[in-house]
Amino acid sequence: MTTPKNTLTIPGLETVYDALATAIDSAGPDKSNLFLVKLALLNANLLADPEVINAHIQAALRDL
Amino acid sequence: MHQPSTQARPSIYYNYQVFKPWLPSANPLQKRQKVVIAGSGPAGMVAALELARLGVHSVVLESELQVSQGSRAIVFTRRSMEILQQVGVADRMTENGLPWRFGNSYYRGQRVFRMEAPHDPDDRFFPMINIQQQYMEEYLLDACQTNPLIDFRWGNKVIKVEQQPDFAQMTVDTPEGTYLLESDWLVAADGGRSEIRTAMNLPMEGASYEGFFVIADIRIDLPLPTERLAYFDPEWNPGNTILMHREPHGIWRVDYQLPPGETPEDALKPESLKARIDAQLAMIGHAGTPWEMDWNSVYSARTLTLPDYVQGRVIFTGDAAHLLPIFGVRGANTAFQDAQSLAWHLAFVVKGLAHEKLLANHSAERVGAAREIIDEAGKSTRFMTPPSSGFRLLRDAVLSLSLTEEFVRPLYHWRTSRPHEYSHSMLNSTGDDNALFTAGPAHGAPPQNIRLSANDFLLDHLGGGFDLLYFTEGTAIPVPLQQVVATSRSLGVPLKVIAVGASQPVDGADLTMADSNGHFRTRYGVQASGAAYLLRPDQHICARWLTLDATRLQAALKTALPQ
Repeated sequence: MTTPKNTLTIPGLETVYDALATAIDSAGPDKSNLFLVKLALLNANLLADPEVINAHIQAALRDL
Repeated sequence: MHQPSTQARPSIYYNYQVFKPWLPSANPLQKRQKVVIAGSGPAGMVAALELARLGVHSVVLESELQVSQGSRAIVFTRRSMEILQQVGVADRMTENGLPWRFGNSYYRGQRVFRMEAPHDPDDRFFPMINIQQQYMEEYLLDACQTNPLIDFRWGNKVIKVEQQPDFAQMTVDTPEGTYLLESDWLVAADGGRSEIRTAMNLPMEGASYEGFFVIADIRIDLPLPTERLAYFDPEWNPGNTILMHREPHGIWRVDYQLPPGETPEDALKPESLKARIDAQLAMIGHAGTPWEMDWNSVYSARTLTLPDYVQGRVIFTGDAAHLLPIFGVRGANTAFQDAQSLAWHLAFVVKGLAHEKLLANHSAERVGAAREIIDEAGKSTRFMTPPSSGFRLLRDAVLSLSLTEEFVRPLYHWRTSRPHEYSHSMLNSTGDDNALFTAGPAHGAPPQNIRLSANDFLLDHLGGGFDLLYFTEGTAIPVPLQQVVATSRSLGVPLKVIAVGASQPVDGADLTMADSNGHFRTRYGVQASGAAYLLRPDQHICARWLTLDATRLQAALKTALPQ
């Protein structure tokens, strides 16, 4: 997997961790998939690199 | 005994004419034909008309006694109009059809995407025109019936085909029984449910999508323009899609997806149709507007093609050759291109001007087109009718994001039927200057139309054979080129020479186009006199030169007509 130049700091990662968990709970079990896919598309658009995104997809599929 | 219905089909706007069947007892003994066409839909009739234009006689066998039931294909593309112009019916289409160029997608009451199809000032025809298929068939039929090279036989149904090494023998059933008909070639243009294809047991490649759509034509007065309307995931039909199109005579096409598990029989019950159409009208703010049903039907999306359209002496064309999804107006619009391609390839083989391998090229080009369409239409189909939970989740995420996020909106784009470019055709010249051009239509592309004056366009003058566009400011086509043209013509090859860029008629040209402002040259990427384009009888480009000489013209014609 490609390592981007900028990564999250530990406090930054912790903030995202909490924000994601809270948002999944707020979307509810029926809508959490939809919420996560919307989020993935928003992030993918900003990454603007199908290869990097595909690498992320493969990494996320591992060890499910 | 074949007994087609003699009752005029019901319609609230179209007056069906029932024709008399062609009976073998009333006609002389049948000699072997050059070409027999089974089926008189858009593909069959365009093939017959284009064959006739190239001097080839055909027999058209139509099992029914009238044109087809219901509006069926209603949206025709610019390229279809250009092809219909070639066979002489574009004026009637223009006179009676509704041209348009905008498409709208709605989600949760908001217009989330508006498509604007480009309309070039050099184009004679609009990107799209809406008219019911019965009218289009009627115009083609009128052209067929006045053509001395077309023997049109109503009420004649092919029930058996036997392949011989150099001809096909058909058993044709009529209201007074069967007769035998032999033909060098049989064109199977007998539609999506082709019985000829089924009887020959030919497998198709591709995919079928689950889920049914209802098509209903209603007469209603709606104050809406002629534009494509698509509604995604409405409250009355969750998760599904509804399409609406205006047709002539106050008719609207309403096309909606059925919930999973519902059968076509249930969906077509009058109370079911009424409840859903009323719900759709209410959603768009026209609840209670009176309407009347004309015709309805059910379809499912399929992306299937035969891998080879030439099977012995039988050639498949149009829906008989492939089944394409309705999204993107793929059916009749593809059929016109198939039929135009088939007609010229077959005409040149029948007339002995090229080897039979020209037919293999036809198949390769059109199977290639079908596969390209399947790839493109598959994307639209996966958006309109998601085939799995993953595809559904992504589609729903896009719908949701589209309310606020611009970047996903192009995913609504409805990939419309467009002409295939035969970029790798074996008919393309190998020794020309194709790669050196920086503008203009390239190898295999359809021509760019040019507006010559207010009501005069380049495509008005093309077709019926090869066309050589020769760009010159001089007074004559160079003699060596004229000699190559004369030699080809003496062998029977129809070849027209059009001089572009001179103010007076050019010697050796059949026609001269002045191009006083250089606009034509610019669009064709021509920088100096002596450049040329060679167009096949379907107007696709097979060679182009910055400077044409006799040897290279000769070579291009040889490549385009393999011996």
